[in-house]
Amino acid sequence: MTRTSTMDHPSLDGGAALVEVVGVEKTFRRGAEEIHVLAGLDLEVPSGEFLALMGPSGSGKSTLLNLIGGLDRPTRGSVTVGGERIDSMPGRRLAAWRARHVGLVFQFYNLLPVLSAERNVELPLLLTSLTRGERRRHVAAALSVVGLSNRARHTPRTLSGGEQQRVGIARAIVSDPTILLCDEPTGDLDRRSADEILALLQALNAEHGKTIVMVTHDPHASARATRTVHLDKGLLEATPPEESGR
Amino acid sequence: MRFARLVWANLMRRKLRTGLTMGSIFVAFLLFGILCTIREAFSAGINLAGADRLIVRHRVSLIMLLPRSYAERIAAVPGVDAVVHWTWFNGVYRDDPRNFFGTFPVEPDAFLDMHREYELPEDQANAWRRTRTGAIVGRALADRFGWAIGDRIPLVSPLWPRDGGGAWEFEVVGIFEAAKRQADTSNFFFRHDYFDEARAEGKGQIGWFMVRVDDPDRTAEVAAAIDAEFANSPAETKAEPEGAFAQGFIEQIGSIGTILMAILGAVFFTILLVAGNTMAQAVRERTQEIGVLKALGFTGSRVLWIVLAESCLLAAIGGLAGLAAAWAITVGGSPVPALLPVFYLPGRDLLIGAALVVALGIVAGALPAIAAMRLQVAAALRRNA
Repeated sequence: MTRTSTMDHPSLDGGAALVEVVGVEKTFRRGAEEIHVLAGLDLEVPSGEFLALMGPSGSGKSTLLNLIGGLDRPTRGSVTVGGERIDSMPGRRLAAWRARHVGLVFQFYNLLPVLSAERNVELPLLLTSLTRGERRRHVAAALSVVGLSNRARHTPRTLSGGEQQRVGIARAIVSDPTILLCDEPTGDLDRRSADEILALLQALNAEHGKTIVMVTHDPHASARATRTVHLDKGLLEATPPEESGR
Repeated sequence: MRFARLVWANLMRRKLRTGLTMGSIFVAFLLFGILCTIREAFSAGINLAGADRLIVRHRVSLIMLLPRSYAERIAAVPGVDAVVHWTWFNGVYRDDPRNFFGTFPVEPDAFLDMHREYELPEDQANAWRRTRTGAIVGRALADRFGWAIGDRIPLVSPLWPRDGGGAWEFEVVGIFEAAKRQADTSNFFFRHDYFDEARAEGKGQIGWFMVRVDDPDRTAEVAAAIDAEFANSPAETKAEPEGAFAQGFIEQIGSIGTILMAILGAVFFTILLVAGNTMAQAVRERTQEIGVLKALGFTGSRVLWIVLAESCLLAAIGGLAGLAAAWAITVGGSPVPALLPVFYLPGRDLLIGAALVVALGIVAGALPAIAAMRLQVAAALRRNA
C-alpha cells in the first residue's frame, strides 16, 4: 500500500487534532418520543491516532462515528475534520468530502453481493478521475495489503467472514482516505479472524499512519488501540487506566 | 460507462424476475409492432391517397351506380385534369369465395395515367391495350396464386353475370409492381369495354369516378363544383378527397386507429405497472446497499441515474427485442394477403417504439430512483444493524 494519495486532495494532517467534536447533541424522533443519543459531547482525535470507542449498546458510539464520517448530522454542536466543518456542509459537497477523506469499515462488511471482491474494492475509485488501468492497479495494491490478491475474482458469498472483512478494509483504504472509521469491525468474526483484522488495522495505523476511529464492544479489540474512550448515555466517561491502550 | 458493470450486475441480481419482466416488455413491444403494421395496412390507402385526387360517388351510397356519361361532364368542370372510373366487380376465382381479391374493370390508358403508384412495363401496357380480355394483376396477387403472363383466369361474379351465362375469361397480360411501398398489389384490373359489352345488365353504369385536379389547393372548390353539376339529377354525386373517402371506407368497420390505440394503451399501462413494480422491488431490497454507496461518496443524483439506467436497460433489452421480432415477422410478408395486402412495419413506428422504450424505462424507474436519491445514509445503514 502506497502512502501516496490516489486522489487529488489537500492533506488534512494539520498537526493538531484531526477530528474536533464540540458540544454535539443528537436526538432521534420515534413518533412523539424524542431519544437523546448524544448529550453535549466533546472529543478530539489527533492525527495518526488509533482510537477505540467503547460503551454499552445504545450509548451512542455508532451515532458518534456516523457524525465524524459525515453520514449523519448533529442536532446541535459542531464536527470539524481536518479543519472543515462537516456538520453544516451541503449534501452534495459532503458526499464528495466523504469520498475523498473517509474510509468506512462495517460490522457486516456491507459488500455488494453481485460484485466480485475487486469490483467491490473499486467502487470508491469510480468516483475519481482515474483511468481503468489506474483503478486496476490501486485495487490490486489494496487487495495485496489485506492479503487477498488471490481472491480478487471471488464474490462475497464465496469468501469467509474474515476474508469479506478484509475486502471491506481494502475498499476503505483503496482511495487512501485521511481517516478510517470502523464500526464493530470484528463484531461478526470468530476470535482468530478478529485477531487478523485487528492486526491489519494496527499495521495500517502504525506503518501507514492512518488515523483510525473504531467502535467496539470488545476489550480485546480496544486493547489494540492507542487510546480508548468510553461512552455512556451520550457522554464520554473518564477512561479507566487499565483500558487506556498501549 | 464506468458504472455500466454495476448497473448490469444489479439488473442480473434476480435473473428470473428480470427475465420475466423483460419477457413481458418483449411481448408488449412485439404487439405494438404487429398492431402498428395492421394499422398501416388499413390506412395504407389513406396515406397513399393523392392530395390532388377526388372520389366522386353516388350521393346515397357507394354501392349505387353512376352513369358513365358523367365522365365527360366532370372533365368539363374547371380545375379537373383527368377522370377515370372504377366499378366493383366482385370476382370469385375457382368458385371459392375464400379466393377473394379486388377485381375492377377500368379503361387502361386513363387508369395508368391516373395511378402512377403502379409500375407496369410498357410492353405489358401495350399488350393490355391490344388484348380485349387482357388483365393486369399486382405482384402480390400473382405470387399468391402463382400466376404468370399468358395464364388464363376464369372468374365468376355474383354481381355481374355474363350475358349468356358462364364464367368471365381473362388473360394475364401484365404484372404491375408498387412504385410506392403503400401501394396495394393484390388487385386485378381488366378492360371496361370488354366488361360493358359482355355484362348482362347495367350497361353504361359505373361504380365511381376518380378525378385528378390541376391544383391540390382547389380540391374542395372543384368537389363542390362537381356536386353542383349533378344537383337535382336522378343520380346526385358526392365528391370528396381520396384520403377522406378511404378513411370513411375503413371506418365502416370502426375506427381502427382508436381500437388499436386503446389496446396498446391498456398493454403499456400494464407493462408500466409490471416494470415499475420490478424496479421498486429491486431498489427496496437493496436499501442497505444504496446506503453503502452513499456512504462511500455516491451523491443522491448519481444514485438516481444508476437506478434510472438500470430501468432503461431493462426496458431497452425487452422492448428493442420485441420491436426487432415484430419487424422480422412483418418483413416476411402478410400472413393474410387477401385481407391485409399491404403489410410492413413503417420506420416511423419503429422510431415511436424506440421512444416508448426510453419513456417506459424512465417512467418505470422514476419513483424508485427518486426514493433511492432521497435515502438517508445513516437510516439506510441502520436497517442492516
